[in-house]
Amino acid sequence: MALGDLSSSSTSELHVLAVDDSIVDRKVIERLLRISACKVTTVESGTRALQYLGLDGDKGSSGLKDLKVNLIVTDYSMPGLTGYELLKKIKESSAFREIPVVIMSSENIQPRIEQCMTEGAEDFLLKPVKLADVKRLKELIMRGGEAEQEKTSNLIISSPKRILQNNFFFNIFFIITIIVIFIA
Amino acid sequence: MELGQMQKSLQDYTKSLFVEGILDSQFLQLPQLQDESNSDFVSQVVSLFFQDSDRILNDLSLSLDQKVVDFEKVDPYVHQLKGSSSSIGAQRVKNACVVFRSFCEQKNVEACHRCLQQVKQEYYLVKNRLETLFKLEQQIVASGGMISAMDLGF
Repeated sequence: MALGDLSSSSTSELHVLAVDDSIVDRKVIERLLRISACKVTTVESGTRALQYLGLDGDKGSSGLKDLKVNLIVTDYSMPGLTGYELLKKIKESSAFREIPVVIMSSENIQPRIEQCMTEGAEDFLLKPVKLADVKRLKELIMRGGEAEQEKTSNLIISSPKRILQNNFFFNIFFIITIIVIFIA
Repeated sequence: MELGQMQKSLQDYTKSLFVEGILDSQFLQLPQLQDESNSDFVSQVVSLFFQDSDRILNDLSLSLDQKVVDFEKVDPYVHQLKGSSSSIGAQRVKNACVVFRSFCEQKNVEACHRCLQQVKQEYYLVKNRLETLFKLEQQIVASGGMISAMDLGF
């Protein structure tokens, strides 16, 4: 759902929400993403991320985002809501579960990685994050978007029945109009 | 000193930081993130690292000086410093933090005090060296020379 909108955005730039409690890491990840031609919004905590998306349970909160989010990149170890807990909240939400979530961590702990991937994380990046990691990630996400678009267009092509059905009603209407004209 | 000599000095100086293990390859990622729209990125992020580290080291000193040390507070500080030093390539600071964390886990107050001293030492070292590096760059630029990312990479 989120990726399908890539075609409608005028610049087809990914808008990434980056979540990290470290001010240095926020600056680095922001640059890594910007230089990879992404729009970036950085927040310092999982709670802020939920607020930004409008998932914080605030009544009537539509969130602070002005642009659709195409990708969420989050640190794992954060005070308060961890990256894993944030991932879960996003995947539990019907509005945002389609958004790919990538976890970053400085610790290469296999059970942690598996836990995140099982919960639906798109990828797991080991910190410190490098430019090559971001480039690879972007390609992965963009390809995912293209695959979605292809899927949709395939759906249209493979359902001629649906098109015929639509045309059927139009044809009936047309015929009736002709008949009415004849009778009149 | 003429420009060519200054540039050679800069290259040699930079190289020495890698040879001594003060910086690692992550530092080489930083110039790649610098462009015309953000021509000051490296010095900005390094300054941010200095500010952030000063704050963390201060908080760490305070926490370790408590009568009863709360390791639940100490460990996250060390984790933060380990993370940020790793992100800019300050290898020896990062390594000192790794050792520090293992003593936090053991709740060994005395060893943690020693670790804090070690981390501070490594931090002041990298701070000093990077400040010198930036001064050398400024001298080159002031003399009409240019610094390219290639000067910092090899």
